[in-house]
Amino acid sequence: MDFLFLLELFINGLNTGLMYSLVALGITMIYKASGVPNLAQGAMVMIAGYLLWATIALLGLPLWIAIPFVVVLMFLFGLAIERWLLRRMVGQPVLMIVMLTLGLEILLRGVGPGVFDAAPKRLDLGLGLAPLVVADVFINRAYLIGAISAGILILLAAAFFRTRLGTKLRAVSDDHVASWAVGISVERAIGISWGIAGVAAVGAGTLWGSVQGVDWTLSALLFPAIAVVILGGIDSLLGVFVGGIIVGVLGSVIPGYLDPIVGGGTRDVVTSVLIVLTILLRPYGIFGREDIERV
Amino acid sequence: MFYRQSGIYHTRYEATRRLWPIPFERWQVGVILLLVLAAPFYLSALYLQSYLLPWLIWSAATLSLTLLMGVAGQLHFGYAAVMAIGAYSAIHLVRFGLPFEFAFLGAGLIAALIGCLFGAAALRVKGLYLVMATLAMQYLVDWLIINVPAISGGAHATLQAPSARILFFSLENDLVRYYFALAWAVLLTVFLLNVKRTSFGRALVAIRDKDYAASVIGVNPFRYKLLAFFTSSFLGGMSGAVLAFCFYRAVTPEQFSFNVSTQLVAMVLVGGLGSVIGAFLGAGFVLLAPMILTNIVAMLSDFGWLNVSVNLLSHLPLMIYGALILGFLLAEPLGLAKIYDNIRNYFLVWPFKHSRR
Repeated sequence: MDFLFLLELFINGLNTGLMYSLVALGITMIYKASGVPNLAQGAMVMIAGYLLWATIALLGLPLWIAIPFVVVLMFLFGLAIERWLLRRMVGQPVLMIVMLTLGLEILLRGVGPGVFDAAPKRLDLGLGLAPLVVADVFINRAYLIGAISAGILILLAAAFFRTRLGTKLRAVSDDHVASWAVGISVERAIGISWGIAGVAAVGAGTLWGSVQGVDWTLSALLFPAIAVVILGGIDSLLGVFVGGIIVGVLGSVIPGYLDPIVGGGTRDVVTSVLIVLTILLRPYGIFGREDIERV
Repeated sequence: MFYRQSGIYHTRYEATRRLWPIPFERWQVGVILLLVLAAPFYLSALYLQSYLLPWLIWSAATLSLTLLMGVAGQLHFGYAAVMAIGAYSAIHLVRFGLPFEFAFLGAGLIAALIGCLFGAAALRVKGLYLVMATLAMQYLVDWLIINVPAISGGAHATLQAPSARILFFSLENDLVRYYFALAWAVLLTVFLLNVKRTSFGRALVAIRDKDYAASVIGVNPFRYKLLAFFTSSFLGGMSGAVLAFCFYRAVTPEQFSFNVSTQLVAMVLVGGLGSVIGAFLGAGFVLLAPMILTNIVAMLSDFGWLNVSVNLLSHLPLMIYGALILGFLLAEPLGLAKIYDNIRNYFLVWPFKHSRR
């Protein structure tokens, strides 16, 4: 019984963790290309969720048309943010850039519920609510499907880096000036990375929106996503994968045992402790690349 | 024109080192001081209690944060937690039976000691990672306050500030609360104006500009980073206590959430990093501009000139606040202090603009 309980927490944590990874994917994409920590990714997930709900409920499009439509919209949205906000901040200290993305987060958190009404929206993907029972272990079906889709999307992102465009992005993330010298358009590469982050936000918005409804709380996914990127290493795709699994599993198993004792809410504590410990013990995460600083 | 320099000849070093070498600025400071001192006599109680008082207290908090972020260059995204520690400590110490004056100091000390823990991260990392570490610690402190009933008085509970006396005056009186907050803001202003002229302040600036280089010239980064966190948290904790006793009167954990930390950083940035006048302008702008603009839109929709739904109206302050941060970072990254400085420099040589080049 006890072992089953642990297994159940473990598997559901694994699924949640992979869905966290999907949010974190956007942050990593942008950081790899331009060195900008995108704290607005949670809000972008929320906006993607709202847009998907709006195309289905207000425009009346079926799901399989609505998703590509929103993907295009969010790609353009990402491009626009890069073009009109972030490009003007090149060369500014990191505090300014962090605050800019936070300001964007606050703005979107007002615009989303303000325009589409604050009440939570249901996003039905037709998955059903009945839990999946495998050998006496209850698995949340929506989370399982979410995790599988998240895994596929992360693998797709990894495969994307093998293509011609992906190689360009990797070159840009290595060295801006050297990429310029060999004729890669750095601006365009950074813009595309923002667009892809927008697309990743659609994936996360769809899956998270279907499991917890679309409202402003989707933007709070930023916090676990930050834990994922810090733990895995902010510029590593493998780190997103592994970090997501660790954050998800620990964030499910530890509260599973501790919550009854201390009275709830330990998931945020596990996430915070993971961030603090990682930064104190190994600031660049498990797979991150260490910056060497010169005076 | 106003800030006329002509006819001012400094013949002694003390004269050049004054805080305000130009007579007009001394007059300016004096007039502003008189205005705020006399405010209770010409402002209605509503404006005094809901606009001027929070402005003064948040300016004090912004001043303590700008000491850390602007002068010492250490990023802090968990400052609301530090203020929460100060507020809760002060209330509990007064309830324990300590006189308010000592409870006030004690709140600062407790906040400073715990604030040093935030600083532990600063010894290891800087920049983005420091942002993340302080942000995570904010969540930890929030959780502790909410989930330890001895601190918060139970989950979702409000903790009433007990009645206290400061130097024989009861804090139940609106006037006493206003003048106490004003005195605290003035004290912090004087401290911050002068700290950059001390060896401590210069050491902090050296750390901000490059900590390795500072250690090469003999400024110990370990010591001064911790001292920066200690001093700033001390002042921030006391500002939190002022906020709890003079403005909120009853504290809940939500009043010190992560959003408040962001708001404080926004106040520092909109005002201008490390600037004293910027702290006042930034706090006022971030606090009041969304309120005033929303009121204007509400008024327009009342007249029927604008069609705004209730839902949109309730989210308008958040949108205006976010747009304000974006606008300032893009248009004037150095903040309101820089705008003030530009105006001052313009009038300094008016009408002989060509003489500046």
